[in-house]
Amino acid sequence: MKRREFLKLSAASVGALMVASETQALKLPNPLARAPKAWYDGEVSTVLTYCENCFWKCGVRASVADGRVWKVDGYAKNPKSRGRLCPRGQGAVAQTYDPDRLKRPLIRMEGSERGEGKYREATWDEALSVIASGMLAIKERYGSESMAFFAHGSGDTWFGDYLPAAWATPNVGKPSVSLCTGPRETAAQWTFGRGIGGHEPIDWENTDYIVLVGHHIGEDTHNTQLQDFSLALKRGAKLVVVDPRFSVAASKADRWLPIKPGTDTALLLAWLNVLVTEGLYDKAYVERYTVGIEELTAHVQPFTPEWAAPITDLDPDAIRAVARELAAHAPRAVVPPGRHTVWYGNDTQRMRALYLVNTLLGNYGVEGGFYFAQPPYIEKYPHAAFPLEPSSGGCSGASGGETIDTGYRASVDHGKFFAKTTAVQELIPAMISGEPYRIAGLIAYGVNLFHSIPNVARTQEALKKLDLYVAIDVLPMDHVMWADVILPEATYLERYDDLVEIAHKTPFIELRQPAVEPLWDTKPGWWIARELGLRLGLEKYFDWPDIETYLDKRLSTIGSSLAKAKQAGTLVQRGRPYLSDWEQRNLDPFGTPSGKIELYSQSFADAGFDPMPVYEAPEEGPAGSYRLLYGRSPVHTFAKTQNNWVLMEMHGDNAVWIHTAEAASLGLKSGDYVWLENQDGVRDGPIAVFATERLRRDCVYMVHGFGHRAADMKIANARGASDTALMSRYRLDPISGGAGLRVNFVKLVPGAPRPRLPRLTKLAERSV
Amino acid sequence: MARYAMAIDLSSCVGCAACAVACKLENEVPAGVSRLWIRLEESGTFPDLAMQYRPEQCMQCADPPCVGVCPTGASHVTDDGIVLVDAETCIACGACIAACPYGARYFDERGFVGKCTFCEHRLAEGRVPACVETCPTLCRSFGDLDDPNSDVSRAIRAAHRVEVLKPEQGTHPKLVYLDAPARFGLASEGVPK
Repeated sequence: MKRREFLKLSAASVGALMVASETQALKLPNPLARAPKAWYDGEVSTVLTYCENCFWKCGVRASVADGRVWKVDGYAKNPKSRGRLCPRGQGAVAQTYDPDRLKRPLIRMEGSERGEGKYREATWDEALSVIASGMLAIKERYGSESMAFFAHGSGDTWFGDYLPAAWATPNVGKPSVSLCTGPRETAAQWTFGRGIGGHEPIDWENTDYIVLVGHHIGEDTHNTQLQDFSLALKRGAKLVVVDPRFSVAASKADRWLPIKPGTDTALLLAWLNVLVTEGLYDKAYVERYTVGIEELTAHVQPFTPEWAAPITDLDPDAIRAVARELAAHAPRAVVPPGRHTVWYGNDTQRMRALYLVNTLLGNYGVEGGFYFAQPPYIEKYPHAAFPLEPSSGGCSGASGGETIDTGYRASVDHGKFFAKTTAVQELIPAMISGEPYRIAGLIAYGVNLFHSIPNVARTQEALKKLDLYVAIDVLPMDHVMWADVILPEATYLERYDDLVEIAHKTPFIELRQPAVEPLWDTKPGWWIARELGLRLGLEKYFDWPDIETYLDKRLSTIGSSLAKAKQAGTLVQRGRPYLSDWEQRNLDPFGTPSGKIELYSQSFADAGFDPMPVYEAPEEGPAGSYRLLYGRSPVHTFAKTQNNWVLMEMHGDNAVWIHTAEAASLGLKSGDYVWLENQDGVRDGPIAVFATERLRRDCVYMVHGFGHRAADMKIANARGASDTALMSRYRLDPISGGAGLRVNFVKLVPGAPRPRLPRLTKLAERSV
Repeated sequence: MARYAMAIDLSSCVGCAACAVACKLENEVPAGVSRLWIRLEESGTFPDLAMQYRPEQCMQCADPPCVGVCPTGASHVTDDGIVLVDAETCIACGACIAACPYGARYFDERGFVGKCTFCEHRLAEGRVPACVETCPTLCRSFGDLDDPNSDVSRAIRAAHRVEVLKPEQGTHPKLVYLDAPARFGLASEGVPK
């Protein structure tokens, strides 16, 4: 066989998730080559920490040899990873050695505009001093509340909680609330009197019947959840998937309901109708633990499956059958809340409807339904009292501090919606309008402002008006290269963070500790927050000299120490997962005003909202357009991972999914390139077409997080298109403050050029 | 001596590629080539659809066509039945790449042929291959076929269907697929010989 032929053959085995699109230009073999020494051939040490490649925070073991992390594996004693990791966790190490990382502090060149991307290197002292003087000037002129902080990731404890509370601003935004979990958390709070929390407390190991509503397990690889889901199916649990798209979860389902987008509340109301009118609900449970069954019974009478069928485009018999099957398996039947629930702007009510279905099954606090996730016990560091209370930690925690009786002004979005949190997107208008007061400064920590917040043009306009804009990040993301000062953070394998407290069936505490020293002149978030605090006159809140002292002090409150935690990695406590555990101790788990699960919400009625969910038809798009739906790739986290060569080799760009017949009517086939243009004339792309039967004809779908326009991220730049760019509109949920994002419509504009991009293989070779 | 084998339950696999990423880093597989990849198959028309992800890698054949064609003996079978390439004796002639019906071997720029090793280096420490250890759907089982209590033996016994890729090649793979969705049946061969 000729060498050229076998080189071709070897190229055929390239690529994992997708068929490789690149042909390989391989060098000729070196006959003198010897087997390379493997990383594990010498001495390997193991460091226990937790992963940062998504918000799930799995416990990991990092393997270190010759001063480098080579491999990260799951940590068997950690209740989140149980010794396993998803692709993102496995691949996270490639980010640490990414040559495109931010390497030292940068200051925007004098005379350049925000967005031009012109920078000079600076020392940490200069960069921090510039920020501190800018912040102090804003405080002097407008008050401390005029500084906003947007934060996401483990370090949000420093930049979303600790520093903003010490500095005294309630204007703290987390995309993880109003752009993600806000509606489900608000709905749970006002139904059960308890949030859902960062890790959905579904009792997967005991459930026999699962209904997923727009919940893409398998495409969102939340490690523990995926393990539990898979084990439940192996055990024989039945699965129903409600989704306009034949998702990976749908392909595992016993029944797929390809619902018309935006009509989920009608389906949930029909299930409530069947459970009530056919007397299938758990009467003893409802009697004992809920208020409002009479009102609910009257309310759902009109919402028959026949009523819902034309709305949802589903078979009424299938709707009725699922309700009956749910009841037949109750209480070991569950409709888990998805995570990203900001869909149509009436999302709190949809999530209420979903919780009411679960409640009628008698599954809340019961085996096979929802368990009670308890946070672990540990004390805070005994710093001086902050002027404002920090928002609770974790990505599903409330955002924004309470200001009543503090002497500080309420957040600029106060009163725009019912929930007492801030909504990150609602803090932006005050940067432009100065109403109700001006937001003059912003620190963005780990939040991609252009790939998470809708209406990018508005965000860019707002950034231009700020007196001070600081970005703290690992990579030179699109929005980072707009900042006045850019601070390069060390990656998770190079740093300590605050302890994370995971509410779980068995509550636990995880330690983040460095496996290796930070590369270049990068610093951990805790160090940045503290050094900034010292320059802002906040010494009394930062009286701990270093993070080791801080962590050791906190750990001493549970009889542990930093030394012990470094060895253990994860500290597991006992929980109270079921109603029976609470009743034995005479404790009431429900924090609602009535002390019971509220089928009827008097609080909502008093505030002028529907006390029980109603269906609102979603607005339709212009003729010839498709509703823009979006989702996740199992190998990517939001817009964070598209410069990671290992993950990009698995999934290197996104495509726009469109039904085969619709594609044909537009003269398009898979592999063609198009522009996407939305209802407001906003265009993004080029993006490849994926013509498929796996989607309804009234919508298109794309994976979120691609389409970076960041020249210094050599791998991510210009691959695929951005769904966020096409979200020039959103519909505010008046209850949770969530930004409903599925209200945008796009057309496919043929004739876009196939992008000419540098070869991924070549870019990967640059790893340090 | 063991007779190592792997089973992949296709009814569980979601194609997330955790196995492929783990393999890449565990074995320092260069960018552009792969020891483990995932195929997606779809069929049907809306709404009557089916799909399946199938991870593929070296099938660790009991009758490996890649070994006999090797002119230097670099391609060999260990006492535990694992097909390996000795990088030091490999001259990268490519005969084995051509002989493999599964496209499981690739040319490594460093001058040798690479492929799945069943993470032999881990087995020596009592650990399972990196792809098996990490899989978040628990769809992979590994172990000694001669041990009826091994994970792989148990998984094969519990499966409704056990299939291999390209049985007509007579390679007798020791990587088997369990419970593929009915519309994607491969070809039944039963338990590996």
